Amino acid sequence: MLKVNDINVYYGNIHALKGVSLDINQGEIVTLIGANGAGKSTLLKTLSGLLKPKTGEIVFEGEHVAGKVPQLIVKRGISQVPEGRRVFANMSVEENLELGAFLRKDKKGIQEDFEKIYQLFPRLLERKKQLSGTLSGGEQQMLAMGRALMARPRLLLLDEPSMGLAPLLVKTIFQIIEEINKTGTTILLVEQNANMALSIADRAYVIETGKIVASGLAEELSASDQIRKAYLGGH
Amino acid sequence: MEQLIQQLVNGISLGSIYALIALGYTMVYGIVKLINFAHGDVFMVGAFIGFYSITVLHLGFFPALLISMVACAIFGVLIERIAYKPLRNATRIAALITAIGVSLFIEYGTIYIRGAQPEAYPSNIVPLKSLEIFGVKISGQSILILAVSLCLMIILQFIVHKTKIGKAMRAVSHDQDAAKLMGINVNNTISATFAIGSALAGAAGVVFGMYYTKIEPLMGIIPGLKAFVAAVLGGIGIIPGAMAGGLLLGVIEALVSAAGGSLFRDAVAFVVLILILIFRPAGLFGKNVREKV
Ligand SMILES: Nc1ncnc2c1ncn2[C@@H]1O[C@H](COP(=O)(O)OP(=O)(O)O)[C@@H](O)[C@H]1O
Ligand SMILES: [Mg+2]
Repeated sequence: MLKVNDINVYYGNIHALKGVSLDINQGEIVTLIGANGAGKSTLLKTLSGLLKPKTGEIVFEGEHVAGKVPQLIVKRGISQVPEGRRVFANMSVEENLELGAFLRKDKKGIQEDFEKIYQLFPRLLERKKQLSGTLSGGEQQMLAMGRALMARPRLLLLDEPSMGLAPLLVKTIFQIIEEINKTGTTILLVEQNANMALSIADRAYVIETGKIVASGLAEELSASDQIRKAYLGGH
Repeated sequence: MEQLIQQLVNGISLGSIYALIALGYTMVYGIVKLINFAHGDVFMVGAFIGFYSITVLHLGFFPALLISMVACAIFGVLIERIAYKPLRNATRIAALITAIGVSLFIEYGTIYIRGAQPEAYPSNIVPLKSLEIFGVKISGQSILILAVSLCLMIILQFIVHKTKIGKAMRAVSHDQDAAKLMGINVNNTISATFAIGSALAGAAGVVFGMYYTKIEPLMGIIPGLKAFVAAVLGGIGIIPGAMAGGLLLGVIEALVSAAGGSLFRDAVAFVVLILILIFRPAGLFGKNVREKV
């Protein structure tokens, strides 16, 4: 479904991604784990078209999309839930969701998706008219996810959805991610919370200072000594 | 007492012109964080386009108003695309200096094209009757200005809150990258903001001409600065703030005039600016939060 081939991304002369390659198959949950500053968000921003790779290719469902504008990428079916949620705090929950469907014209489909999202996140329905800036962190995370789903993506990119949330809430969010995946949306999940991420993922990649240093089935990686030492807090 | 109410009415008329101009400042600031110092000159160009539409094309007031708005919208977009867009990632001071350069270019470009002589605005083209309410005479011009401004502000509120482009404008002014992730075309949204703000300035130019009956190429400077003060007074970047700030400034000016300080009139705005910057830098409608870096 998605094939990233040897991309190099720079911020000025900072070399943030150094020859990164990865594959995502239809229907999978793939997780990308790595420490703070490893280049996870940079990769997602590049996939969404916010950053252009200097070299390398990104192929989504057979189409070369590297360096294409974010609009086109959303249209093709890749949506992102950015790090830190980035909800439009000055707008209501409902308006945020509407913006998620910005490029869609099918009024009926949009209406159906509103209902689906309110079913998935009943909290959002209760707070539909509330300014999103007044929501709690967990609710904002739900809103950011709902907003991305409003574009009806085939591939959903999630950037550290558990960040700053209480453990119980993290669990809920991860359950919802699995649920979203079951309805047919492929998922690339970026996390520092490697334990949780590996527990729901099919496959995983490990990134360190801009390079993929390990990859494989999620269970295998969770069992590997090296990974446990570096990312899962020992034993 | 009647005198006072009379002045108040004058103040509100003048203030609604400031408000129309201030809206453009505030919307553009909200979305690109630029004080568009050429905005007062778009107002001047609008006044002249209205003037020529009436005198050369023999159009009525409303067609002239509409032509002026459309022409200014296009003019505003051109200014943005040619002068400001290449500087979007430059320092703010570079963009600000460019804005001042654009302002001078428009002012002296206009003088170069048509000379510096003023024109008498044909204010008699709308059959205006003055109104008397409780012994207070309200001139037809005042009523026209109020009606036009009010309509435009209602339309603007509708656009900003109910339409897709309005929602895109609010999203982009809050967070450009997040807006891009929704599939919003940020460049087009910024252009639309310039178009709407400039159209309002164009309308303000035409009603200003009707009210003061004299226009000239440097006429945009003082109202432009005052509208800027009005935008800051209301809280720059905040649309209702610009409306309230404009009206308030107009009323303050009129009251100062009424109190015998008409010579002091133009200075009032700047006193207000200094006071607001000292006591409430975020403006009346703004939250006093420090800007994110
Ligand atoms: N806008 C930026 N300008 C310069 N360097 C950046 C920028 N954003 C990120 N970086 C650098 O790129 C590297 C990767 O950052 P990022 O992708 O945000 O890491 P992660 O999401 O894995 O924490 C870091 O060294 C970071 O300092
Ligand atoms: Mg990150």
